Order: sequence, then C-alpha cells, then structure tokens
Amino acid sequence: MEKFTRLTARACPLDVANLNTDQLLPARFLKVPRAAGLGTALLRDLRFDAEGRERPDFPLNRPPWREARIIVGGRNFGCGSSREAAVYALYDYGIRCVIAPSFGDIFAGNAAQNGLLTAIVADDAAAALTRLLDETPDAPVTVDLEQQTIECRGETLRFSIDPVRRTRLLNGWDDVAMTESYMRDIAAFKTADLARRPWARPAEPR
Amino acid sequence: MNAPATLFDKLWAAHEIARRDDGEALLWVDRHYVHEGSFNAFSQLKARVARVAEPGLTFGVADHYVPTRGSRRHIDNPDIARMVRTLEDNTAEHGITLFGLEDPRQGIVHVVGPEQGLTLPGLLIVCGDSHTSTHGALGAYAFGIGASEVAHVLMTQTLWQRKPKRLRIALEGRLAPGVAAKDIALAIIARIGADGATGHAIEFAGSAVRALSMEGRLTLCNMSIEAGARSGVIAPDETTFDYVKGRPYAPNGPAWDAALAAWSALATDDGAQFDREVALTAADIAPIVTWGTSPQDALPIDGSVPDPAREPDAARAKYLCEALDYMGLMPGTKLATIAIDRIFIGSCTNARIEDLRAAAAVLSGRVSKVPGLVSPGSSAVKRQAEEEGLDRIFRDAGLEWGESGCSMCVGINGDVVPPRERCASTTNRNFRGRQGPLARTHLMSPAMVAAAAVTGRLSDVRPLLAGRKA
Repeated sequence: MEKFTRLTARACPLDVANLNTDQLLPARFLKVPRAAGLGTALLRDLRFDAEGRERPDFPLNRPPWREARIIVGGRNFGCGSSREAAVYALYDYGIRCVIAPSFGDIFAGNAAQNGLLTAIVADDAAAALTRLLDETPDAPVTVDLEQQTIECRGETLRFSIDPVRRTRLLNGWDDVAMTESYMRDIAAFKTADLARRPWARPAEPR
Repeated sequence: MNAPATLFDKLWAAHEIARRDDGEALLWVDRHYVHEGSFNAFSQLKARVARVAEPGLTFGVADHYVPTRGSRRHIDNPDIARMVRTLEDNTAEHGITLFGLEDPRQGIVHVVGPEQGLTLPGLLIVCGDSHTSTHGALGAYAFGIGASEVAHVLMTQTLWQRKPKRLRIALEGRLAPGVAAKDIALAIIARIGADGATGHAIEFAGSAVRALSMEGRLTLCNMSIEAGARSGVIAPDETTFDYVKGRPYAPNGPAWDAALAAWSALATDDGAQFDREVALTAADIAPIVTWGTSPQDALPIDGSVPDPAREPDAARAKYLCEALDYMGLMPGTKLATIAIDRIFIGSCTNARIEDLRAAAAVLSGRVSKVPGLVSPGSSAVKRQAEEEGLDRIFRDAGLEWGESGCSMCVGINGDVVPPRERCASTTNRNFRGRQGPLARTHLMSPAMVAAAAVTGRLSDVRPLLAGRKA
C-alpha cells in the first residue's frame, strides 16, 4: 500500500450528502477485475448521461477539477454497500484524499486499507472549503496527515481521523503484516475458545 | 462481580484475542460467508500465495449474480457466468463448502446462514456485504466488511476492529395491524437519518421487538446499515432458540444444552450503560413508503411528497429538488396517488417465508395491475412457498414466480428496473440507479408492495386487509 504523508493538489467539491458507494461505482462495474482499472467507472452515472456523454456541469468534468486528486464531499460520504471497489475507483481515477463531515464506516475502513485518506472536518469547515473552491477552483489544497491540517488560500483548518488509520496510512502498512506478530495469541485463543464454546463450531450437517 | 454490561459488550469480549495500546482489537471470527463478489479477496490471497486458515468456518453462497428468472442451467451472459464459476473455483481450491447454483440450500447469503443453522447466537459473523447486519437478529455480532478485510479473515480467521459506540433503540408497545418490521426500520431511519447510527452498534430492544418473529427481526437488523450502523443485534430468547433448534448445522445433543446455557446469558444487564438511547412507540408507526433517493426519505403512506419551496434550509431544499427530479415527482404530491410501473418482492431484507405470506395474503384472489417479479429469499423458501400454494397466488395475480438470488435489489444478474420506471420494492436501498440506471425505487413492506400491485399505485395496505387473515 502506498504511504500518505502530504499532498498538494486541486480539490473538487462534491456537495452531496449520502453520496453512496452505488454512486461512486455502479454495481454493473463490480465484475471488472481490479487489474483492469476502475477509474473510468468512477461516479459513472453522475459524470456521464445515459448515452455516455459527459455531463459538462458535473464538478469533476469542469476544467479546473478534471485533474483533482482531492474531493470535498458531503455528510455520510461512501455510505451503503461494502464494495471496496468504490475505493479502487476513486484511487484509480487519481483521488488520494476525500474531505467530508462524516463517512460510511465500511467505506472509511476500506479506504485506509488502500492508501486513500478520509479526512473528517466539521460541517461548516467543509462548507467554507467548498465556498473557497467555488470562488477559485484552481486554488491548490494541501493536506498534511502528520499535522492533520488542510491548507487552502492561506487558511488552515484541522481534520480528524482514527489514529490507527492515520498510522497505517503514514506508514503504508497493511493488516496482514500487522497480524503476523499475533499468530501465537490467535492459536492460544482458538484452543481456549474450543473448550469454552464447543457449540460455536458448525455441527456436522444433519 | 462484573460491572453491568450490554449485550454488545459481552459479544465483543468473547471474541477479543488481543487489544493494542491504540485501542485496536484483534477479534476471532466464528463464521465467514463469501459470495461471487468476494473474488477481489481471493485475488489478494493468490497474490500473497496464502491459504485459507480455517476453511471449515467459511461458507460460500452463490447469490449476487445468479439468474432469478427462467432457466438456471445455462447463463447466457459470459461475464455473469464467469462470476459464478470463479466462486466455484475459489471455494473448491480452498476447501470451502459452497451452496452453489444447483444446491438445494442455495439462496441469498443472509437468508441461508440462519436457515442452515450456521448463524447462531453468540457468534461473530462477517461477510463482504453490508447487509451482514441481518444475522444480528439471532443475537450474533455480525457486520459487513470490505474485500481487504475478507482477505484478512480468510488468511487469519481474525479481524482488526475498533470497538464502536453502543446505541439502544427501544420500541415499546404493540404494532398496529398491517404494520411490519420493515415499517419499524424505515420509521427509525426517517427519525435518526441515514447516518444516524454511524460509528455505533445498535441493540434493538423493547416489547415490540421481542414480539417480532424471527423473520421480522432479520428484516429489522438487516436495515441497520441503512441507518449507518454496521451491526444491529437483538437479545436471543425463546423465539430465537425455537428457530435455531434442529437446523442442519446447529448444535445438537450435549452441545445444544451447553449452547442454550451460554445463549441465555446473552442479554444486556440491568443498569448497563449505552452511549446513546433512542425510544419509539410502536403504536405510532404507520405503513411507510420512501419517496426519494435515500432510505431516510420515508413517510407514512397518508403523507405527501415534500415541497422544496417550503424548506427553509437551502442545502436541504437543493437535495429535495434533485431527489424529486430523479424520482419524477412533483412537490406536494400525495403519496397514495403515485402510479407505479412494476413491483419487486425479494432481497435479503424481505423475501423470507413470512414476507411471502404477507404479500400473498393481500394478493390472494386479486390481480396485479402492473408486472412484477417475486424472487424467494432462498431455494428452501421457494420450496416451502410452493408447498403452501403461495406461488399460485402470485402467478394467478399475474406476477412472475422466480428463483432465489439478490436479483432486482442490486440488478447485477441482469434483472433490472428499466430507466425512469417506478418500482414498488421490498428491498433496502432506493439509491439512484440501484435497481438499474435511472430506475425509481420506492421501498416498503411486502404487504405494502402487494397493495401497490393490486391498485397500481402506492397504497395503504390496511383497507385491503379488511376481513382477511394477514
């Protein structure tokens, strides 16, 4: 997993509450293997019309934001389906950070497994940042995960993130490597648990 | 003596292998369900040249992509056929039991787990599907995970988690006739919002919850995720034990007695603290339908579509405009006048035998004014419904009696609602495009979908139940 420390890039406001993972990646693209890349499918039905033409008014299609690597979203960003491919789509498109007042729990977990930063800010801070970007769409935004700050046009605001996810992103760690040092604990738990909860294993089917 | 603990605290403690200084805990996973969509996780295993740690604790079910209309012998679409085959290959390679397309136990994973006695009280259950919260209805800690977490569970039978906050939602009193678990779920989501329970583990409690059947409890816990909670749990009781007893994979003999003793302790202690409490009165809940593009856009059937012009909050007004535009609705329209194009009865939310009975009770001797599909929650539910003659009622009403799978809830098996068509649906998400590009979904209970079928518009089911056994 790629580390995330500090990023300066254009940021695209997507001021939509409850932007769910069905929007981020419509279900019909779930068959696509990760290796094929999912960036073109990101927000497909919001970015393109039914005939496959770009919707010119959709923020990510507007010239200053086409190369955005940061999204400033609304409340409950990434709610809904657990599809990790929604994170793949954002990442493959080039997005490395989503700033929002809140995130779907499963989405935020998936993001941290894939090097995508989910930065939580207050509602009014998200609104203020969106206003700044509406005024000057090409203003660069700097997100610093060490400092937990977002800087845009000289204004600095703080964001929060689960400290474990922060450490994971800063170091590019993944869970499997972390768990390897716990193999003896797992084995001990398993033995004790078999005695404690013998009924917890599936019976031979009848 | 231990401090009073919530049911959730007890479930968590029983599975904690280790806890780090930063609060992250390593949890033991008792049951893991995989489906066609889990292929990304198996790819991760392959990339690491890793094996499945506990193949006996993972079970595969073909549900997301399987055909639900017509023959299942041959899948025309090669991409969909490949998805089903990949699950067969991956489970076979790792020695995982699969309830595949031809297996009589096949069905939607969240219907099959409880039905087969794999889902039990006191277990920690995960699956790469957000509606895994369903299994909490039996008193299990069950939640949806992403592909990387699925891969981690396959490799280690464990998962790193931070303990969520605890939210109790209490529902006291009696539900009015014609009001179902789905109405409770939608009432809760309308009240607390689609992110109202984010970061929380819900416990559903109160006399109205205890009075629910197992099917109703499964519906209620299923919808936890639509309020933002990864899990919802109900304390196991006689209803639970009666449901579990004798199921194929459930404990039997001495193990049953040991299980029953352990399960009987799975309740929130008096005086245990929750981080948050919400209370609702059961008698206040009326049959509910959704009008917008989030499950929180839910109103009693006698209500009207909101009017953005009357909304003081600008952001909210903008949301209403966009939702109404997508749904093709005029502000202020009475819900009970909205004509529908089709119906769908199915999904992990509302396709169990009791759901089909509730819909059939309304449809019996009547004809649907619109086309529709009924997809039973599992192949076992299908057989039982046919034994009870429910399939005839649906067919005689002009509806299609299909096979079991996720079907038109998520639309990835090819069964979709055509663009701009309006569907009364027993499913869980009315998101834009969920049932197909530009599809317009109204969520409601099975009986309410049946009422919509009979009248051709969103309708209050209660008058249609007069003189009938619901």
